[in-house]
Amino acid sequence: MPEEPQVPPKPAHAAKPAAKAPAVMAVTAWEEELPATLKEKFGDRILECSLYLGQKFVVARPDAVAPIIEFLKHEAGFDYLVDVTALDYPSRAERFEIVYVLYSFSRNERIRIKTSVPDGFRPATVVPVHPTANWLEREVFDMFGIEFAGHPNMRRILLPDEWEGHPLRKEHSIIRQDDRWVKANLGIESGQ
Amino acid sequence: MADPTFLDATELVLNMGPQHPSTHGVLRVILKLDGEKVMGADCVIGYLHRGVEKIGENRTYQMFAPYVDRMDYVAAVSNGLGYCLAVEKLLSVEAPPRAQVVRVILTELNRIASHLIWLGTHALDVGALTPVFYTFREREEILNIFEAYCGARLTTHAFRIGGLQYELYDGFEERVKAFCDMFEKRVDDYEALLTGNRIWINRLRKVGILNAEDCKAYGVTGPLLRASGVKWDLRKAQPYSGYENFDFEIPTGIQGDSYDRYVVRMAEMRQSVRIIRQAVANIPAGPIMAKVPKVIKPPVGEVYVSIEAPKGELGYFIVSDGSTQPYRVRVRPPSFVNLQALDKMARGGLVADIVVIIGTIDIVLGEVDR
Repeated sequence: MPEEPQVPPKPAHAAKPAAKAPAVMAVTAWEEELPATLKEKFGDRILECSLYLGQKFVVARPDAVAPIIEFLKHEAGFDYLVDVTALDYPSRAERFEIVYVLYSFSRNERIRIKTSVPDGFRPATVVPVHPTANWLEREVFDMFGIEFAGHPNMRRILLPDEWEGHPLRKEHSIIRQDDRWVKANLGIESGQ
Repeated sequence: MADPTFLDATELVLNMGPQHPSTHGVLRVILKLDGEKVMGADCVIGYLHRGVEKIGENRTYQMFAPYVDRMDYVAAVSNGLGYCLAVEKLLSVEAPPRAQVVRVILTELNRIASHLIWLGTHALDVGALTPVFYTFREREEILNIFEAYCGARLTTHAFRIGGLQYELYDGFEERVKAFCDMFEKRVDDYEALLTGNRIWINRLRKVGILNAEDCKAYGVTGPLLRASGVKWDLRKAQPYSGYENFDFEIPTGIQGDSYDRYVVRMAEMRQSVRIIRQAVANIPAGPIMAKVPKVIKPPVGEVYVSIEAPKGELGYFIVSDGSTQPYRVRVRPPSFVNLQALDKMARGGLVADIVVIIGTIDIVLGEVDR
């Protein structure tokens, strides 16, 4: 981006900054062939196709995610699942947002598929389509407690199997740990 | 992980690590064996888990920057570059040209340093004791360059969001040029020791094969993907920090075995020298820092920015809620994803080859576990 860096104006003396950044993501519509195809194929299960800072993303209903990813792999060349991750918004009814990052070698293009699910919902795994999702989904389970239905090995990956708590949930304090596990396995009162 | 093809009667479970010297840290691999043949390799990871992503949510954008150096600590500069680029993208800021070129020089030096650690330890694992002394000698000079630039050798925190903290010191260019001249001859030395070495070839050829299709299926990137013949490098595919201005090639292999990965990484070191030479020959004058507010509060939004780290695609997915702290920082670590393919590569091979394969993936457990 060669144009002037767009930083919010710094209030030198003024009490309140005049131009406040918007409280929602300032997205623009993504109008290309691919989103049109997706909308045609998946209908109202696709909620949004947008661009933010030039990056493309699709918001879909949870039940549509696995079929979309499979469709993109076989019909649109998105053959590389870069990442699977999640976010926690405790105030929302559908508190978890799951994000899939896809890349296509042939098109040199990256898109994100996002979906929101409530606590306890079991989204379908994409391991049959992309084997790499195996560990990535396990990490999401480990950190957020989202179980993926049909996953071949839905266990924790970074934390011990018997550990209690999912650290990347927002209510989980940064200094909290599973004292019971620490006592039982390390023989000390606390790891802090 | 457990396949139904295991022969129950002869299957032997062998625990390797987490204190095994050739697992490069604290990786534990549960091997299922039929005699000497590997029937499955189940990785147990997380011994170094520090909750880096959680820490990110509880620090400001600037405060989190030094933490990312502690993931892949042998390529700290690359980690820092990826993070700075991601936050800059969120802020719609770009580092000035001078800062970009200096970033390229330091990142490529770091790529060489990372590959040197890989080469030395990988050769050591396989039984060649000499190269590790040579590679650490050359790496020392790179670390000295870093130290003279920013005071730190390993976890450098060399870059800042928006550019650089420090101006270059007098004699930086000469020192880097001298390193390039010296290093090219040293790569020849390493190759003289290993490339045509009968034992080296026998130990690496046709070991841990991963073809292009499997690489894509398992999300494997970096030298492993290129060794399987896919000419893909993010520095070319989606250039960042001015890589499009440099002339370099993407080395590739043919069949994706451990020897091809060795060849690819050796060629990459030479290409890095080539980039450094071009960069250091004309470092543009000008400011080293873009206009970035003292308190960084990106607008509400999210970005995924990735770079070609020495080990593969290193991605940062950062979500901002408009406050001074990220709402979520997700790191897509190349080592973590690449390690997942260990089982695929090891199956059907011999126990002794596990050591070769772990070495050839080039993992850093600090990054796998985060």
